[in-house]
Amino acid sequence: MFEGYTLGEIGSIFAMQGFAGLILFSVFVLMALGLAIIFGQMGVINMAHGEFMILGAYVTFVTSNLFAGSMPALFGGYFFVAMVLAFFIAAALGALVEWAMIRHLYHRPLDTLLATWGLSLIMQQIFRSIFGAREVGVTLPDWLMGSFALTDMIEVPINGLFVMALTLLISLSVYLILFRSRWGNQSRAVVQNRAMAGAVGIDTARMDRMTFALGCGIAGVAGSAFTMIGSTGPTAGQLYIVDTFLVVVFGGAQSLLGTIASAFVISQSQSTMEFFLSGSMAKVLTLLTVIVILMLRPQGLFSLKLRR
Amino acid sequence: MTPRLRSHPPRHRRGSTIAALAGAIFCLAPLLAAAETPPTAEVSTTGLAVTDDTVTVGILHSTTGTMAISETGSVQAEKLAIEQINKSGGVLGRQIEIVQEDGASDWPTFAEKAKKLLVEDKVAAVFGCWTSASRKAVLPVFEQYNGMLYYPTFYEGLEQSPNVIYTGQEATQQILAGIDWVVREKDAKTFYLLGSDYIWPRTSNKIARKHIEKLGLKVVGEEYYPLGHTQFNSVINKIKLRKPDVIYAIVVGGSNVAFYKQLKAAGLDINEGKTTLLTISVTEDEILGIGGENIEGAYAAMKYFQSLDNENNQAFVAAFKEMWGEDSVIGDVTQAAYLGPWLWKAAVEKAGSFDIDKVREASPGIELTTAPEGYVRIHENHHLWSKTRVGRALDNGQYEVVYETDELMEPDPFPEGYQ
Repeated sequence: MFEGYTLGEIGSIFAMQGFAGLILFSVFVLMALGLAIIFGQMGVINMAHGEFMILGAYVTFVTSNLFAGSMPALFGGYFFVAMVLAFFIAAALGALVEWAMIRHLYHRPLDTLLATWGLSLIMQQIFRSIFGAREVGVTLPDWLMGSFALTDMIEVPINGLFVMALTLLISLSVYLILFRSRWGNQSRAVVQNRAMAGAVGIDTARMDRMTFALGCGIAGVAGSAFTMIGSTGPTAGQLYIVDTFLVVVFGGAQSLLGTIASAFVISQSQSTMEFFLSGSMAKVLTLLTVIVILMLRPQGLFSLKLRR
Repeated sequence: MTPRLRSHPPRHRRGSTIAALAGAIFCLAPLLAAAETPPTAEVSTTGLAVTDDTVTVGILHSTTGTMAISETGSVQAEKLAIEQINKSGGVLGRQIEIVQEDGASDWPTFAEKAKKLLVEDKVAAVFGCWTSASRKAVLPVFEQYNGMLYYPTFYEGLEQSPNVIYTGQEATQQILAGIDWVVREKDAKTFYLLGSDYIWPRTSNKIARKHIEKLGLKVVGEEYYPLGHTQFNSVINKIKLRKPDVIYAIVVGGSNVAFYKQLKAAGLDINEGKTTLLTISVTEDEILGIGGENIEGAYAAMKYFQSLDNENNQAFVAAFKEMWGEDSVIGDVTQAAYLGPWLWKAAVEKAGSFDIDKVREASPGIELTTAPEGYVRIHENHHLWSKTRVGRALDNGQYEVVYETDELMEPDPFPEGYQ
């Protein structure tokens, strides 16, 4: 497929393809982090994860309209405000859901699956009732549009760079929160031995609520960022959920590092195969590979070594 | 008790006088009405839900689930048409009543609801379905119970049922004119075909490829992405490498939004650059989600755009906005859905009967001069003769019509050599 191209052109295409893979990687990490935290720390599979993302997207939509309507001069900066709002609104809803629903189901993991799936349907219908069945268009500030030309041939989408930076920032924050703060210490203690953690005075119920809220909040930020690259509609969350689960399960459910590694492997292989084969074929091969690896290694790429 | 009873008779007598008068008027009413409304026994011989002053029809679309995004407009258009028909005196003097069912974006549900409409409600016609999958699911039901379906979506063709009238365009009508136009106006030599991975884009691209190669031009790439795919950076790189004159895109649903946003972000300028983007899957409805600024400059080939400048369309757009709100947008399928009830009314009146068999017989040759798209006529093969237009997407989410075929395009659901 490269006959008739100069070496320079081929080099540029590979460079751009590298960026495409990195962008996909960032998107996967952003999607999966929130789910991985909740799954890894609490053992709850949050089927409504996609809907929390779309909640973030709708918050962005509303914020952009507010800014365009009342303070057009500041429109360029609305995206940051929207992301912060998306985090807190999604986190607040997450805490509410944990309090009203999830905490009653901790000893029935299959029931949490069903309950959160029901929650996802309820949220979809609420979005539909409020914002209508059609997709809404989120207007981006001008500086986020277009691409950044490195050379004549190599152009990198600005929103891709933005997603990459955001992913880096959020991963770093999650690392600091979980591994370098008192709260993270307690949270990991609860995961490793809930009864003992309770016995030494950690409020495990509060820990659970905070963890669930954190995971949902990150989903909200991810959804906010994805208004740049995808659609915002009541059922758009479903578009992301399969890839998200794939990344989390493949990485090993209890390891954040595993989630990141798995996002990297899946995104790179998919993006490369998409380039050399076709879109559908790439998806088929990616899924096949993941299935085979999971058959050989059911615990995923990385797993926490624990005494059971 | 007794005195009260005694006091009643005079009143009773007065009452009976009034009743007698009323009775006389009631007896006269059918006679008066009969002058314009044919008796029910005459217009319905197969037990359809027709009374002396009403006739029941069904609307079968998804109002919940993923497809609700697309199907809402069709429901609105069908209800508007039915309301207008009722205001102008109904069909054969009968007011149309609607039974609406929700297909819930689930194909077996569509089949079940279709059966309910035909068997329990005995509706005289059904306006509904959107995806080909839902149409394929209800088709055996309509054929078994002999119903009549008016199907609004542009689709891949390769189908012709005695129980369906296809009010949208089939693939060749939409594709050939568009490609001819882009070859003539943009001097296109090379094409990159791209689509979502299911029957409609695949069949359409097959027809497009055949036509392109017949013109002696070249397809430099063809590929498909799963429905709901949201990452198009790799294929955009491939397109950049191949440098086609035309990107022929049939991406649908949520993927659409992702594709155009990423195309724009990747610096592939379809507005002022050398590459032309031609699509047959993006109507004004989809642009709402994509955002006009992301798709500005793309061309779409279909039979209707909201901006069409003729009297029928101006009246239609005004009526639609009055009924469903100032912000409504109207896409190709919405307009095709609006034609359904009107075509049915014309066929029923030509046949002088609601019976399905007679309506079917009367349908070919029915023409509609009041159609918002201008003029349509039903072909022997149950599809519509219609013009094809090319529109250029504008920043504000509307299309500007840049070309329309001189003649009506003949529907050809079974083009030679494409099966």
